[in-house]
Amino acid sequence: MAKFPRDTFRDSLSVSLTVGAYGVAFGAASIAAHFSILQTCLFSLLTFTGASQFAAVGVVGAGGAALSAIAAATLLSTRNALYGMQMSPLLKVRGLKKIAAAHVTIDESTGVALAQTPRGTDAMRTGFWLTGLGVFIFWNIFTLLGALGAKALGNPASWGLDAAVPAAYLGLLWPRLQTNFLRVVAIASMIFALLVTPWLAAGMPIIMSVLVATSFGWRES
Amino acid sequence: MSQSMMWTVLLGTSVFCFAIKLLGHYIPEVWLSHPRLQRINALVPISLLSALIVAQGVVVKTHIVIDHRLAGIAVALAALFAKMPFPVVVVSAAVTSAVIFHLH
Repeated sequence: MAKFPRDTFRDSLSVSLTVGAYGVAFGAASIAAHFSILQTCLFSLLTFTGASQFAAVGVVGAGGAALSAIAAATLLSTRNALYGMQMSPLLKVRGLKKIAAAHVTIDESTGVALAQTPRGTDAMRTGFWLTGLGVFIFWNIFTLLGALGAKALGNPASWGLDAAVPAAYLGLLWPRLQTNFLRVVAIASMIFALLVTPWLAAGMPIIMSVLVATSFGWRES
Repeated sequence: MSQSMMWTVLLGTSVFCFAIKLLGHYIPEVWLSHPRLQRINALVPISLLSALIVAQGVVVKTHIVIDHRLAGIAVALAALFAKMPFPVVVVSAAVTSAVIFHLH
């Protein structure tokens, strides 16, 4: 990391700030699901993978069991293993640095690293670390702010927090729906969740929706 | 949910999510490069987020309940169609929902 390519630095910082700001939504969602401020902050420090954190508190907020919450979060984090596989040969780190690298292996650090490919492997490594650590710092700061804000507001329904949480999920889902096929998967998953809701324990429809992903992904589309 | 269950969710999620991240750094690329696994893996976030919207937007426990939340989500959807930034989407949903909640 001798060089500090300016473009890489700019990419990392803008991603870190933008994504980090989503931490406010997580902090609020976690408080709405009746986690404490301490627990909310520990989520962002220890789990540190946004979608999984949203899923865990989402299942709890929906009245689901602890095991369902953990399973939903874990299923959502499997893509991080794919990222680690791609990043490990690039980073070539051992020991504590490997632990740190694994912890900041998320969508954004991997995305920025891969986007630096034309600038060479040094820029890719720099992009990975800067973005990983940048998102980590901002995500945690904004989580605390969101948690404090939500706590100060009190009853989630009277401030619209109970609608802000599913709206935040919708905001996270929206940019992923880039093709008609993906839109069909999203709508099918919603219909599936609606249909099974009266028949399953609270929170289970969220986990079971993985079946929809599996059936659509089984064959090449 | 009791406090001990909340801690179980927090710690269980953290341990499993970290283990998966670390696993990725140790296993050879060929193991997870099966096309079917990659296709399904790309769809999992879409299915889970979609189901989460339903579970938090129109469900109470195991019943489908249409209330102020759905109005908020509808406004969020309109904001997304209008290419509004994420904070606007969330805040407009919250305001709409809160107003309807208080009108009742």
